[in-house]
Amino acid sequence: MLRNSLFLIVLAAFAVIAFTLVNAWHPAESLSPVAEHYATNGPTEVGAANLVTAVVVTYRGFDTLGEVTILFVTAAIIGFFLSLFHSESPEQTDRLMPASEILSTASKLLIPFMLVLGIYVFVNGHLTPGGGFQGGAIIASAFVLLLLADPLSKLNHRIIAMVESVSGVAFVLIGLLGIFLAGGFLDNRILDLGTFGALLSAGVIPLLYIFIGLKVGSELTNIIGHLQQTQKNR
Amino acid sequence: MHWFSLEYIAMNLGFLLILIGLWGIITRKNILRIIISFSLFDTGTHIVIVAIGYIRNRTAPILDTLALQKDTASKIVDPLPQALVLTAIVIGLGVTALLLVYAMKLFETKKTLDIHRFNDLKW
Repeated sequence: MLRNSLFLIVLAAFAVIAFTLVNAWHPAESLSPVAEHYATNGPTEVGAANLVTAVVVTYRGFDTLGEVTILFVTAAIIGFFLSLFHSESPEQTDRLMPASEILSTASKLLIPFMLVLGIYVFVNGHLTPGGGFQGGAIIASAFVLLLLADPLSKLNHRIIAMVESVSGVAFVLIGLLGIFLAGGFLDNRILDLGTFGALLSAGVIPLLYIFIGLKVGSELTNIIGHLQQTQKNR
Repeated sequence: MHWFSLEYIAMNLGFLLILIGLWGIITRKNILRIIISFSLFDTGTHIVIVAIGYIRNRTAPILDTLALQKDTASKIVDPLPQALVLTAIVIGLGVTALLLVYAMKLFETKKTLDIHRFNDLKW
């Protein structure tokens, strides 16, 4: 009883805080000075039609590098954590139920299209909604479907690790090239900015987003692959 | 009447999700439900941050038409909160994945997901 009333007091306190915050908040009438700089100078400085991409990859590219690093560390910890307790035990695979006919047929049909959609989303990240993280998530979902349809299939962890590390190193190298050839770390003006709104425009943003997409896709696939391997031993 | 405009609806729903998530985190006993509550909390903060950047009668910050490309600053919503939320979603995904793997390990050691059974550090 005392416990429940304590919970209630904590929740009520948070509700009061939230209500005061919303009550005192006024919707913005115009852009903040930083956003105004992005809106007026973004097209000429960065050349990306999608301003969110300009902010994520160029203006705050360092944040994105940290974000990719956090995702990498997460994947590494999960891989370490799961392999620590699941050292090669004899596999009991006979208890797994086979996937239904519909699922296995549909996965064969859908997986190529899902991979193409993922690649489309991250290649066009500087023009349309989407980008490396979204495209990478779509690619990883294709592999989830593959594992659902055939739970015994083995993902090749060596290839995944290779794609992941190559794209991570390429991301940092392109960033370092920016110091020598353009204005600073992760500056996108190493290549020509090109015509605004074309597929090959905005300097190295498409290239960077391809590497981010491959990295995120392989990291998420890696996590799922590790989880699936532990399921086999049950 | 302003409580029924889009930015207030989004803001209130965001805070409501945060409160529901908090309630779940402190009252639920099953670890999986605590993780789901954490996800709700996470989503609530995302909605609140995006609602802060919203400006009435403006469009998304994607300059795909010629009309949007001149006098841009008076036609688009704030792109900065959207970029921050994009980062936050990915970090949330990583944290949720770690929580789930940790819950899996906890289940393997005690064969239960009841949070009250894990009292080894309690005195």
